[in-house]
Amino acid sequence: MSPPLEPHDYIGLSAAAAPPTPTSSSSSSSSPAPRLTLRLGLPGSESPDRDRDCCEDVAAALSLGPLPAAPKAAAASAGVSAKRAFPDPAQRPGAAAKASDDKQQASPAAPPAAKAQVVGWPPVRNYRKNTLAASASKSKAPAEEAASGGGGPMYVKVSMDGAPYLRKVDIKMYSSYEDLSMALEKMFSCFITGQSGLHKSSSKDRLTNGSKVDALKDQEYVLTYEDKDADWMLVGDLPWDYFTSICRKLKIMRRSDAVGIAPRTIEQTGEIGAALSFLSH
Amino acid sequence: MGRGGSRAAPAAAAPPWHVLPDEVWEHAFSFLPADSDRGAAAAACRSWLRAERRSRRRLAVANCYAASPQDAVDRFPAVRAVEVKGKPHFADFGLVPPAWGAAAAPWVAAAADGWPLVEEISFKRMVVTDDCLEMIAASFRNFQVLRLVSCEGFSTAGLAAIAAGCRNLRELDLQENEIEDCSIHWLSLFPESFTSLVTLNFSCLEGDVNITVLERLVTRCRNLKTLKLNNAIPLDKLANLLRKAPQIVELGTGRFSADYHPDLFSKLEAAFAGCKSLRRLSGAWDAVPEYLPAFYCVCEGLTSLNLSYATVRGPELIKFISRCKNLQLLWVMDLIEDHGLAVVASSCNKLQELRVFPSAPFDAAEQVSLTERGLVDVSASCPMLESVLYFCRRMTNEALITIAKNRPNFTCFRLCIIEPHTPDYTTHQPLDAGFSAIVESCKGLRRLSVSGLLTDSVFKSIGAHADRLEMLSIAFAGNSDLGLHYILSGCKSLKKLEIRDCPFGDKPLLANAAKLETMRSLWMSTCSLTLGACRQLARKMPRLSVEVMNDPRRGCPLDSLTDESPVETLYVYRTIAGPRSDTPACVQIV
Repeated sequence: MSPPLEPHDYIGLSAAAAPPTPTSSSSSSSSPAPRLTLRLGLPGSESPDRDRDCCEDVAAALSLGPLPAAPKAAAASAGVSAKRAFPDPAQRPGAAAKASDDKQQASPAAPPAAKAQVVGWPPVRNYRKNTLAASASKSKAPAEEAASGGGGPMYVKVSMDGAPYLRKVDIKMYSSYEDLSMALEKMFSCFITGQSGLHKSSSKDRLTNGSKVDALKDQEYVLTYEDKDADWMLVGDLPWDYFTSICRKLKIMRRSDAVGIAPRTIEQTGEIGAALSFLSH
Repeated sequence: MGRGGSRAAPAAAAPPWHVLPDEVWEHAFSFLPADSDRGAAAAACRSWLRAERRSRRRLAVANCYAASPQDAVDRFPAVRAVEVKGKPHFADFGLVPPAWGAAAAPWVAAAADGWPLVEEISFKRMVVTDDCLEMIAASFRNFQVLRLVSCEGFSTAGLAAIAAGCRNLRELDLQENEIEDCSIHWLSLFPESFTSLVTLNFSCLEGDVNITVLERLVTRCRNLKTLKLNNAIPLDKLANLLRKAPQIVELGTGRFSADYHPDLFSKLEAAFAGCKSLRRLSGAWDAVPEYLPAFYCVCEGLTSLNLSYATVRGPELIKFISRCKNLQLLWVMDLIEDHGLAVVASSCNKLQELRVFPSAPFDAAEQVSLTERGLVDVSASCPMLESVLYFCRRMTNEALITIAKNRPNFTCFRLCIIEPHTPDYTTHQPLDAGFSAIVESCKGLRRLSVSGLLTDSVFKSIGAHADRLEMLSIAFAGNSDLGLHYILSGCKSLKKLEIRDCPFGDKPLLANAAKLETMRSLWMSTCSLTLGACRQLARKMPRLSVEVMNDPRRGCPLDSLTDESPVETLYVYRTIAGPRSDTPACVQIV
């Protein structure tokens, strides 16, 4: 229960204790609760036209000393020099006192939002919220993978150096590296054709029928993936099924940027050569 | 009495002492440290006004709508460093509608035109587009410092323009912005001849950067003092970068999680051992406890530690912090818990600023043992503590009274009790007594945020005692109009007041309308305001801009709504620029 407030400061304003009423927001449907009437007006303001007697609940008088919680508006006469400059609005939406129970009260009704969570409370910056959510999901993801072997779709982002936007693929849709490479070819061909003019001379004569070694050497791009340790690895080393469980992101990197990716011998990248052959035109 | 030659004229003809050339006054004013001092000097007389404004080099515009960019350029033609802030503070928590405004473009355009010698630009909570960044890169030949804090609207393409165009760039400081990743290798666009970088902070960038390019940049910028990496830079790359920049003073680590490898650990340890000047450390997202000892060699020298994004907990965290005996600033998550803060209290006696952030703010279940105890311990043992931001779930009046007695030197006290209306958990009383003790004891308090169960009487204390208070944040507090009246009729130095979900209505607002012109801004959302009061306020105070927003019925034009219509959000600020013209549909100026 909120303690009855009877401040006796120089303007002698006081408020009566209010019954517990949850504060509502701008909706005007809450019952008018006892409220304070301030008798201060701006200098030079006229008397208000009080078309409604809104002081039936509480009145304050500008006087020194304790005030009765007299409900009548007639208290306006008590030696007030400043006049009210404004009429009270008819339905005052919940200027109610808050109930103060020892238990935590349910948060006051936020603007007509259906969800229980109050907007913007507690005051945690959006940036912080997003960052925490991202790191929480990252730490959950490995657990999820371990749990759900062949569960739902596994969407990973695919980026390509120089492309203005990224794509997403569900790697569980594919059964092998070749499948994946064909799909990526379809997705990113529009970016590749733009570049093909530059590389025709070097790689055109060395298409897939040529040795795989040559195909690899001359292609402009390598396909890499990010694993759960956030390391960028060359695609193709692992068995396909295992690969799908640990792959987080895919990136079609320019060869020149792929410095530092674990180097592999050519034989081991046999599958890769076939998979990435489309990139070499 | 000259001998030979001319004699001095009689004293009456000599100019009075105060009529000195402007250059003399300009030189005198250059010793005034604070803008407010310069402002006061400028108000003394016309000649001082002229001298001051023509020599002003640094300009801070705390509200981008308080004056037009052209006003600023006309009044202060010699500005070299400008800082502009846009959206109200509650925009950080999603309370400001999207597309509200605060576009940086008009400021950049005016600066490009009127301040071609500008060297520093800072924007906070504004919408900065790639076009703005391109214009900055193209317009200021000696541009050196770009600082963007909590901004949005730009992408790595804009950063590329800055990298390519700003030959003399010293600082590129991106703090908590929303940056769209266009996969453009903006870092590569710093030319090979570019070596002037002192600060590089791209910690908020989500995408990858080319590590090789970064290493080359760091290697050739021998004056690099601040390097804050983003989450995409893995641990082993961090070690390489540190070896190339051992002179570094401030470091923001990249991703700090990896499976433990002894090799990587030794590599890191050795790299840190080489950083003898390291004083400020941040980052460490998902910090893995096993790697924390790699930092031990720098702990002694650290003055600032920001682990507020590090979800590490347990003894390793506490051991690590306890070795940082010279810490002045500590930001952590509540995972440190009370017993961790007790260790901080005994180890870090030079602490000046403490911030404790919630690890699970939206999860009602109490998982973390962080209570009022931690704050009491720190306030008891750290005599220089003056700034606190503390999120917790319970508090008592007694604790607050103890804290107030221990630390009368607080300048900033922000307590956020996560659940609204939480009373003192031992007595079930409102926390009025506790917060009253704070404002009565801390005479120098400039910033205060209150929370928990509070009645009007705490606002009476605040109004009466908080003479130096400049910014006050109130949420879910108070019983009646009296609360707001106490604040607005007291608090002599109040500049910014932000209120949400309190039962404050029209009367105190209108009764104290004149006060609003002495303040920078007032925000009131989900209170008990009506449109009629806002209209009256706007009529009475033509130099205030009265904005209403977020109302559910805002489909219809403002004029057709009655005075009784409720107002969901009110934002009032003083301005010499008149009503702005860039409001979105959900915002209207009364």
